[in-house]
Amino acid sequence: MSSASADHPRDGLGPDLGKVFGPSHADGGPELVQLLTPEGELREHPDFSFDGSIEDVRGFYRDLVLTRRVDTEATALQRQGELGIWAQMLGQEAAQIGSGRALLPQDMAFPTYREHGVAWCRGVDPLNLLGLFRGVDQGAWDPRDNNFGLYTIVIGAQTLHATGYAMGMQRDGVVGTGDPERDAAVIAYFGDGATSQGDVNEAFIFASVFNSPTVFFCQNNQWAISEPIERQSRIPLYQRALGFGFPGIRVDGNDVLACHAVTKAALERAREGSGPTFVEAYTYRMGAHTTTDDPTRYRLSDDLEHWKLKDPIARVEAYLKRGGHADDAFFADVQVESEGVAERLREGCRSMPDPHILDIFEQVYAEQTPELALQKQEYAAYLDSFEGAAQS
Amino acid sequence: MTQITLSRAITAGLRKAMEDDPKVLIMGEDVGKLGGVFRVTDGLQKDFGEDRVIDTPLAESGIIGTAVGLAMRGYRPVCEIQFDGFVYPAYDQIVSQVAKLHFRSMGKLPMPMVIRIPFGGGIGAVEHHSESPEAQFAHTAGLKVVACSNPVDAYWMIQQSIKADDPIVFFEPKGRYWEKADLDESATPLPLFSSRVVAEGTDATLLAYGPKVKTCLEAAIAAADEGRSLEVIDLRTLSPLDLDPVYESVRKTGRAIVVHEAVVNLGMGSEIAARITEDCFHSLEAPVLRVGGFDTPYPASRVEEEYLPDLDRVLDAVDRSFAY
Repeated sequence: MSSASADHPRDGLGPDLGKVFGPSHADGGPELVQLLTPEGELREHPDFSFDGSIEDVRGFYRDLVLTRRVDTEATALQRQGELGIWAQMLGQEAAQIGSGRALLPQDMAFPTYREHGVAWCRGVDPLNLLGLFRGVDQGAWDPRDNNFGLYTIVIGAQTLHATGYAMGMQRDGVVGTGDPERDAAVIAYFGDGATSQGDVNEAFIFASVFNSPTVFFCQNNQWAISEPIERQSRIPLYQRALGFGFPGIRVDGNDVLACHAVTKAALERAREGSGPTFVEAYTYRMGAHTTTDDPTRYRLSDDLEHWKLKDPIARVEAYLKRGGHADDAFFADVQVESEGVAERLREGCRSMPDPHILDIFEQVYAEQTPELALQKQEYAAYLDSFEGAAQS
Repeated sequence: MTQITLSRAITAGLRKAMEDDPKVLIMGEDVGKLGGVFRVTDGLQKDFGEDRVIDTPLAESGIIGTAVGLAMRGYRPVCEIQFDGFVYPAYDQIVSQVAKLHFRSMGKLPMPMVIRIPFGGGIGAVEHHSESPEAQFAHTAGLKVVACSNPVDAYWMIQQSIKADDPIVFFEPKGRYWEKADLDESATPLPLFSSRVVAEGTDATLLAYGPKVKTCLEAAIAAADEGRSLEVIDLRTLSPLDLDPVYESVRKTGRAIVVHEAVVNLGMGSEIAARITEDCFHSLEAPVLRVGGFDTPYPASRVEEEYLPDLDRVLDAVDRSFAY
């Protein structure tokens, strides 16, 4: 076992995986759906096309820039001690904006803890994302307000919630009615590491056999903290879907147009009642796993340099500029707006009130238990017992 | 008034809950056509359809995890875990998701879910089919845990659990599934989270739940022959505990013995003994004693009758309490 996994030698018992699936490609391979090249050139694809307007592309650019600003500002706030930790999205903006903007209001999204871009698309106040990382709450937004679930830390657990929620939609009669205002779907976000989890595999099975309207959106950012994708899978992730009985597509996760087109198609397929789709957004975690991580211990800076050339924002900017689709004023405005977003985040974060210990007793159950009510009462009395204590 | 077995009483309770509320769903392995391996869901899929009585893939985490999503969507899933020893693949979803979502969301995401688990031994089964994991769930904040001991309670408690807005782990004493009692469906049930004195006595208090309530009642009858008057309390709810009736009883008798099939070490009896000691210290004539399974994995069935606390071991504990 010691070094066998590195080069995947044949074990003599089965087919040569290299022959069956072809060589692995650092650039995503020939199956990669790409509509906008890293140089900002449009590309045709036989199955997918971006059907939005130039105004939509300008909107994507704005989303990409502003959410990157949210992300870098939050990272800075962690460095300043305002956040305990932050999970950086850097490099994954296109996967999140492209897929997030493909959602309709009635669709439901179940995130991991890194979906800051999707949260933005759903209309969740970025300030609300910080509470979890600052330690003032464990999810401040109401998932029902924006159809955006709470951040989920246990890897892959939310894929089952997404599938169950989609099964609920089936029972509510909002799948396959043909009414575009009514039909709905669910998107479950997760990473490459999560594909090794039992829950994710069980979610694939439930979604498949119940034909639930679930889009499994995997951001393969190549790294599960320090473990490379080769430690999770011997085949391209999107090819796993076939074994579960639904289609899998690999899309350039740094191409916002392709991510939008592919996710939109998968969501439409789900809403019409044709069941789940696996979308593998092939991307790269440009930052650390979180602000406590040190990627220099396990990966080469060459890789990072290689992926910098595929930056998700640069290519949209190049496209807009080259085609004359946006003028200097547009880019300047977005820049100014991003400074405003950052300013608001800084001030809002620093002025977030700490929670009160006595509140935690009230949040455990819908119907409070006498035991917990007593515990609260006793602790309140204990606090009051200190001289000069002023408990509310 | 009809005579009904405990398993049939749960079936009747489930049926009533499904009739009362179209959002109630049943999920589990073999719960549909087969009606469950213990036939507790017998006939329900036929009457309520495959969308409401769902035969799931064989994946316990999948059952509970998808039930979380269904609950978020407004449904009230009743999940069957086929046997106690099979609940562990779902443990993460139960402990990290089901139990915590109301808390994490500050009340925005209630989890009105019931997880039914047939528990306990005495049926001659192979391993993993006779366990008593209740303390592991009672130890988890965010869950509520109840155990029924007789058909009448079973009928009402399952309905009350389904109506509750908190997640409830519902333990069914599988060794008592075939016990019968008269059920009056027009009666008014006790509140769900309440314990109950099931036999009055003056000399010592026996505390039990689920399958051991009957054992304790038998012990009380046997002790009466020897001139000892034992009070028996069916705890019914394990989280939250309803111990006021227990304290009242122990202040009267001065002696308490907790009986369960689960291992004694850090079992429900440990918590109950601690609380009785805190509340009734000056009334106690002897330390609170615990009678339960040994601190071993559940043994092969040919010795399970010795492993499980029986009438004689309960009476032995009563003797030890009086000898103190």
